[in-house]
Amino acid sequence: MSAEPLIEASDVAAGYDGTPAISDVTFSLCSGQRLALLGSNGGGKTTLLRAVLGELRIFGGTLRVSATCGTVPQTERSRLDYPVSALDVATMGTLATLPWWRRPGRREREAAGRALERVDLASLAEETFGRLSGGQRQRALIARALVQDAGVLLLDEPFSGLDRPSGERLEALIGELAGEGRGVVIATHDLEQARACDLVLCIAGRQIACGPPGEVLADVGVLEATYGGAIVELPGGGGRAILPPHHHHH
Amino acid sequence: MLEPLQEPFMQRALAEVVLIGVAGGALGCWVVFYGLSYAAESLAHSLFPGLVLAAIAGVPLLLGATPAVVVAALAIALGARVAGVSREAAVAVVVTTMLGLGVLLALSPRSPPGVEALLFGDPFGVADADLAAAAALAALVLLSLRLLHGRLLVAGFDRGAARALGVSPALADAALLILLAAATVVAVQGLGNLLVVAVFVGPATAARRLADRMLPTMLLATLLAVLAGVGGLYLSYYAGTAGGASVAAAIVAAYLLSLPLGRLLAARRPARVRAEATIA
Repeated sequence: MSAEPLIEASDVAAGYDGTPAISDVTFSLCSGQRLALLGSNGGGKTTLLRAVLGELRIFGGTLRVSATCGTVPQTERSRLDYPVSALDVATMGTLATLPWWRRPGRREREAAGRALERVDLASLAEETFGRLSGGQRQRALIARALVQDAGVLLLDEPFSGLDRPSGERLEALIGELAGEGRGVVIATHDLEQARACDLVLCIAGRQIACGPPGEVLADVGVLEATYGGAIVELPGGGGRAILPPHHHHH
Repeated sequence: MLEPLQEPFMQRALAEVVLIGVAGGALGCWVVFYGLSYAAESLAHSLFPGLVLAAIAGVPLLLGATPAVVVAALAIALGARVAGVSREAAVAVVVTTMLGLGVLLALSPRSPPGVEALLFGDPFGVADADLAAAAALAALVLLSLRLLHGRLLVAGFDRGAARALGVSPALADAALLILLAAATVVAVQGLGNLLVVAVFVGPATAARRLADRMLPTMLLATLLAVLAGVGGLYLSYYAGTAGGASVAAAIVAAYLLSLPLGRLLAARRPARVRAEATIA
């Protein structure tokens, strides 16, 4: 693991229109690490991802991001009726390397094609993005991040709405990408997903805890503070689970 | 069929509707995908006092329209900064103010006859100088769309990721609004203040139902806009209907035709996604 962290946050506060939506966020993400960003809906997960992306002004603290960030936003936000193919979406990752007046050419499309092969989507390169399944859309957006040569991947609720095979396939891909030395941030409210990561960062407006999943998730106090007390003990020693939060689709 | 083409006024009108179709059809696709239809409508209405002033002063309409657009854009930007005023409300206030101001000017004793052409359009009344200016602006719009294509595509698809991909969504919006103002100035002479929005929204929404990639959508929208323009002129020539309104009616007809056609095309598309899902 390299000594230089890809993301280093110290007492970060960020939000919208002058009101902080998150505060006291301190963590660092190194090469090859997967960080689960755990919290209920409205707890500030997406806000933190947007702050890392440079989309939001930081009110306090310091946030240093020393790698290109590729983002995989929640799919319902990306426009499903937009007239682009999976290949077009992956090709968007090449723009940062081109001068503003140039459109991506053959070389850029070839790079995008290789990224689609990497995420096992080459056969659907010409399909309209909005007609792909949920898991296929996530993989097309990951291909876009690969084309960007992103050192950090930010995934916002990547598993929501996926069936089990698609979820497992995506999880394997995320594992491979971390294995290549990328840092991965996964916003989720799923404890099982969080357990599979190297680090867990719990937020509920402010940072509740950050550390290895074995420590953080063992502390009932942390989970109750993160989810507002909606924790249940599973019968028969099955561990703890969160009552499913109400889904608010923006 | 060719008989109307003998008339010089008809030749100029045809050139005008082709220019309108080329600039408006392609740009209209971005207007629709960026959700700027209301902005397009507003910009056109805001031009009105500038057009009337140009008509009173006897200078090319462009010279009046351009400063009017700039004033309206600034007023909207400033209005939206007032606490408690949403952008939508700022647009509505500025647009009605500008349109009202234009009507006041148009009904003044110094206003020349025929200002209603500014409201409803008169493709048969364009002068050679107007045509030359329209051609230059149309060329500028097309060239800009060609250069900005990749960036507009990114910012329209995923605003949140745009910055990380090297594209500023605010700059993309600003560029589109400037091009929209330029194209409105081109089209307002033929279609008038009240109908000009038809050429941006109609062909693009129709084309969007028939094509599923951006470039084909833009080409189809351009083709539909040009065909509707020429069809509208012929309708006007033979049926004696108002020029601008006939073109707008032809655009609406093209849109209505796209509804059943779009459904037919959607039903015939292969279900590749489902095929892959069963293999996976």
